[in-house]
Amino acid sequence: MGISIKEIPDTTIFDLRLSRRGFRLNRMCAALCAPAEREAFKRDEEAFMTRFSLTEEEKNLIRNRDFQGLIEAGTNIYFLLKIGAATGTSLYRMGAQMRGESYDEFLATRNIKGAV
Amino acid sequence: MPSRIVAGIGLSHVPSVGPVVDRGRQAEPAWKPLFDAYVPVREWLQRLKPEVAIVVYNDHGADFTFEKYPTFALGAADRYRIADEGFGTRALPEVPGDAELSIHLCESLVAQEFDLTVCQEMGVEHGFLVPMNLCFPHTSSGWPVKCVPLQVNVVQHPLPTARRCYRLGQALRRAVETHAGDLKVVILGTGGMSHQLQGKRFGYMNEAFDQWFLDRLEQDPEALAEITHHRIMEEAGAEAVELIMWLTMRGALPRSAKRVHRHYYAPMTTGMGLIAFEG
Repeated sequence: MGISIKEIPDTTIFDLRLSRRGFRLNRMCAALCAPAEREAFKRDEEAFMTRFSLTEEEKNLIRNRDFQGLIEAGTNIYFLLKIGAATGTSLYRMGAQMRGESYDEFLATRNIKGAV
Repeated sequence: MPSRIVAGIGLSHVPSVGPVVDRGRQAEPAWKPLFDAYVPVREWLQRLKPEVAIVVYNDHGADFTFEKYPTFALGAADRYRIADEGFGTRALPEVPGDAELSIHLCESLVAQEFDLTVCQEMGVEHGFLVPMNLCFPHTSSGWPVKCVPLQVNVVQHPLPTARRCYRLGQALRRAVETHAGDLKVVILGTGGMSHQLQGKRFGYMNEAFDQWFLDRLEQDPEALAEITHHRIMEEAGAEAVELIMWLTMRGALPRSAKRVHRHYYAPMTTGMGLIAFEG
């Protein structure tokens, strides 16, 4: 953590050190903004990850759809959402997993759960 | 006649609003409270008849990535394309720019020691487009105002301080007032309010903080500009730090600006705030 950033419980702060750690992951995610790259990911996820030089640990996080693990490995949340789009996993489903809840359990905690 | 800033609006840019607009779901019970709040805002804007909107927003990995990441990036183009942020490109018309005003803003802001990244190409996504959908809906003839996008790093720490963002707003006001274009300009400060999108605190909101922020923004923005990133993130969630962009909007308006609209709705995972000032 840099001089001005103090830790906050249950919270990942995306700073430059974390961004450097997640550089390959975030570059791969950014590529998913192109429709052809989304198709390439869906067609052969392993080849796609290899093309972006992910480490074996990073590949495992994606294989396991371990979204909190990906955040801790330096994937920025807004970039992680692009994997969500390519794998059909909505933000709220990712969030439920990060909270350790089922999707329905998570929805039950919301004020107006129809606003999705 | 010099140009002038006639209004400022602070508002959230929640991405799910985009598909709701595109699919015509605004009247559904879960969404109606949000969209109803913008009806009087649009009527007010139609009376003001602004020609240009300066939109202070952040990109979400659609057009700016971490190979090179500017702190403040100002658009200087005649048009801005609609960017694909991973969900497909929304069927929206290109956004018209005002390159002449952009050039003047760049010259004035750099002279005032805000050393911007100047962008002759930019793609805009929900951070920019959702506020436009709510305030300036497009028609078959396009968008009703020209735009100047101002992209702020609120994603990769270190971020600019809230005070720096406020001062940027003050500098923007001086820049607009030295532009001899006789334009009426609105400034939008977007993002927030309380939300966190990762970790065990996913879905965290804090309405009391959000209402306090709206109060202070109206009544004592100078003091609010002293707020730290840590305090915002601790009390309102890590992603709530986008709120520093509302201070750029507020800095561009006089201390005495009249607050004309205010609304708050927090259905799912983000406190969706709205506050509008005239003056």
